[in-house]
Amino acid sequence: MTEACCIVVGASHAGGQLAVSLRQQGWEGRILIIGDEPFLPYNRPPLSKTFLSGEKHIEDLLIRPEAQYEKVGIEFLLGQRVKSIDRNNKTVTLNKGETFAYDKLALTTGARVRPLAIAGSELKGVLYLRDISDVEHIRQFIGKGKKAVIVGGGYIGLETAAMLRKLGLQVTVLEAAERILNRVTAPQVSEFYTRVHREEGVQLETGVEIQGFVGQDRVEGVQCGDGTVYPADLVIIGIGVIPNTELAQAAGLEVENGIKVNEFCQTSDPDITAAGDCTNHFNGFYQRNLRLESVQNAMEQARVAAATLCDKPIEYNALPWFWSDQYDIKLQIAGLSSGYDELVIRGDQNGSRKFSAFYLSKGRVIAVDAINNPQDFMFGKQIITRKLLVDKAGLSDPEISLKDFLKK
Amino acid sequence: MPVVTYISHDGAINEIEVASGTSVMQGAVDNMIDGIVAECGGSCSCATCHCYIDEAWLDKVPPASEMEKDMLECVLEPEDNSRLSCQITVTDELDGLVVKLPASQF
Ligand SMILES: Cc1cc2nc3c(=O)[nH]c(=O)nc-3n(C[C@H](O)[C@H](O)[C@H](O)COP(=O)(O)OP(=O)(O)OC[C@H]3O[C@@H](n4cnc5c(N)ncnc54)[C@H](O)[C@@H]3O)c2cc1C
Ligand code: FES
Repeated sequence: MTEACCIVVGASHAGGQLAVSLRQQGWEGRILIIGDEPFLPYNRPPLSKTFLSGEKHIEDLLIRPEAQYEKVGIEFLLGQRVKSIDRNNKTVTLNKGETFAYDKLALTTGARVRPLAIAGSELKGVLYLRDISDVEHIRQFIGKGKKAVIVGGGYIGLETAAMLRKLGLQVTVLEAAERILNRVTAPQVSEFYTRVHREEGVQLETGVEIQGFVGQDRVEGVQCGDGTVYPADLVIIGIGVIPNTELAQAAGLEVENGIKVNEFCQTSDPDITAAGDCTNHFNGFYQRNLRLESVQNAMEQARVAAATLCDKPIEYNALPWFWSDQYDIKLQIAGLSSGYDELVIRGDQNGSRKFSAFYLSKGRVIAVDAINNPQDFMFGKQIITRKLLVDKAGLSDPEISLKDFLKK
Repeated sequence: MPVVTYISHDGAINEIEVASGTSVMQGAVDNMIDGIVAECGGSCSCATCHCYIDEAWLDKVPPASEMEKDMLECVLEPEDNSRLSCQITVTDELDGLVVKLPASQF
């Protein structure tokens, strides 16, 4: 009998962790990771943070060095794309035609940027930010005094704005909704980030309808519905991502805003697991289906998927969390705020750069945005998972330690 | 290359060569040592890289930033010698460093 083989499609946070976890959980067979980027798994968050600014280099981004994968027998096939999966014969086929047999398959195909297909979007200098090659493109267009327009006021757009300011560019952020971070935070937190970006010299406009990009060969400006043209040497579009589910869908796996997985990260085919940004899972804590886009979710689901493939199932039940670094501000978010019915602010949101926003539903905290406030994040996480009923007056008073809430 | 010794909560000992300039956290992740999760990849955001510095090394390790101290106050089982391993850069002076890993990160 030949040795069992597990193939992992996608070589990023989820794929790399899944392979390592397979070994840690005792998988003895072959492990082959196929990824279409030419790099070993690397940390994506610094792309809009320290990598963009040049403080970090490609080697610093790698999650693990090559030698460590070799040591535990994890093989890579990089710069190659999986074109199709044949579930009956248990094989995957690459774009170039090569076919590989698997016993177990793991899909960690992640997500790609949502394109903005409008007039002029093919002009040079109209860019996105998802991978290393995107940053390399961006670098060709940046320089002191240059004008950058960011389309989309989400976390990645805002982090990019902060970094480009630091590099001495003139930065404009254009958001279609009435406020930035519209989908993810309360109005008070949006107001805070609006103030900070303006204090840092960013021109920030909301409720903007973008009609197209103007320029000959290179982009020269962004044309808006009200007639305004914002001059631009480069444009970075950050309007969200789309999960890479086409491969799974074509193979007949269940897909619904992500590859459907159960609490063990199993797809509708028991020999195939999926993890990370490409999945849609039923979350026990929030009692609904979720598609998350975070490193923590990618890593945690990868561990769960590996355990399943090794026949040592563990259930996925981590509380989602996320972070964002902009200027001197570290934001840490625990839990998901959607569906909250009350907001409690702890600290000074209008004058300072340190406060927290607690999102409550029926008297219980379901999420916290902690701004330069790691203690509120850490204790907040525990308050959320323990589903404590909290005293709102105490919660809003920074003099009262959150630790006291946990003693009850 | 400096050697760092990682002692797991169950007593397992791993002596690892860690290049100068990399963090104590990275040394553990690179070598797949259980007990350091490092969800945020070293950006001082998650505290899943908590470790305890061996008493003999306490005065040789540079002090924690305010942000790190704040995080450490809220980890499970904090001690006076608690640190976030991603915030400690390995140098030749730290050759021989011994850190213990908490049970909560397994
Ligand atoms: C600029 C930026 C900043 C971010 N900041 C944060 C942050 O601060 N905190 C946080 O928690 N998260 C952050 N994120 C999100 C985080 O990076 C993602 O959640 C994470 O990368 C998800 O990992 P993944 O492995 O599931 O997917 P991905 O990282 O998307 O990786 C999937 C990989 O699979 C490859 N692939 C897809 N299809 C195929 C195929 N058919 N064949 C071969 N290969 C294929 C893709 O090319 C890609 O390399 C950020 C993301 C970006 C882009
Ligand atoms: S790795 Fe996240 S705080 Fe150290």
